[in-house]
Amino acid sequence: MTVQQHALITHQVGLHARPSVKFTKLAKTFASRIEIATAEDGPWIDAKSIVKVMAMKVPEGATLFIRADGDDETLAASALAALVARDFDEDAKHAGAA
Amino acid sequence: MTEASGNVGIVIVSHSPLVAEGTADMVRQMVGDEVRVAWCGGDPAGGLGTSVEAIMQAIDRAWTDAGVAILVDLGGAETNSEMAVEMIGEPRAGRIAICNAPIVEGAVMAATEASGGAPLSAVVATAQELSPL
Repeated sequence: MTVQQHALITHQVGLHARPSVKFTKLAKTFASRIEIATAEDGPWIDAKSIVKVMAMKVPEGATLFIRADGDDETLAASALAALVARDFDEDAKHAGAA
Repeated sequence: MTEASGNVGIVIVSHSPLVAEGTADMVRQMVGDEVRVAWCGGDPAGGLGTSVEAIMQAIDRAWTDAGVAILVDLGGAETNSEMAVEMIGEPRAGRIAICNAPIVEGAVMAATEASGGAPLSAVVATAQELSPL
């Protein structure tokens, strides 16, 4: 089984450096294989690879699709979607520095 | 959460203390405290340069049993880092790697990988994934 979630990127600069690091770090805490994409039909990128996630350069307003496959897939997909929905726990005033 | 003591440490070696310290700041702010970060830069007289002694001390500060990944800027930073590793000698030298990667980006990427408890080889590979072939 694969669990899929999606979330809107609301961060002013998109999935940029600091949000990418947060996202990847959280992804690494789960055992499941986790992939992300900006379209439902892919291409799907390894969410645990900081280099690949940053290279996606996901812009503000994009929808991030998250899919997880493994023992903790439900928890992983929800936790990552929640992080995006919370705007990576950053205040808007810090966004410019990200 | 993983302990800093168990993750690969990061050492930043630049000719400029400002570059080295700024890079370390970026790693701490972007990645956090799960990874030990040490930096050195400048020659003892206060000019631009690198010092084998300072690099060895930085390796000591960042040291964990998982090893240390070193990010360097230009020329002498790399050769002096190689010399520092040689002087530290085995068995620790085998757990120290100099990354062929841009210093700032490489440090952030390496630290992100290290924060998840990845082994030294994976940390180095992540930093080097950035480099042009």
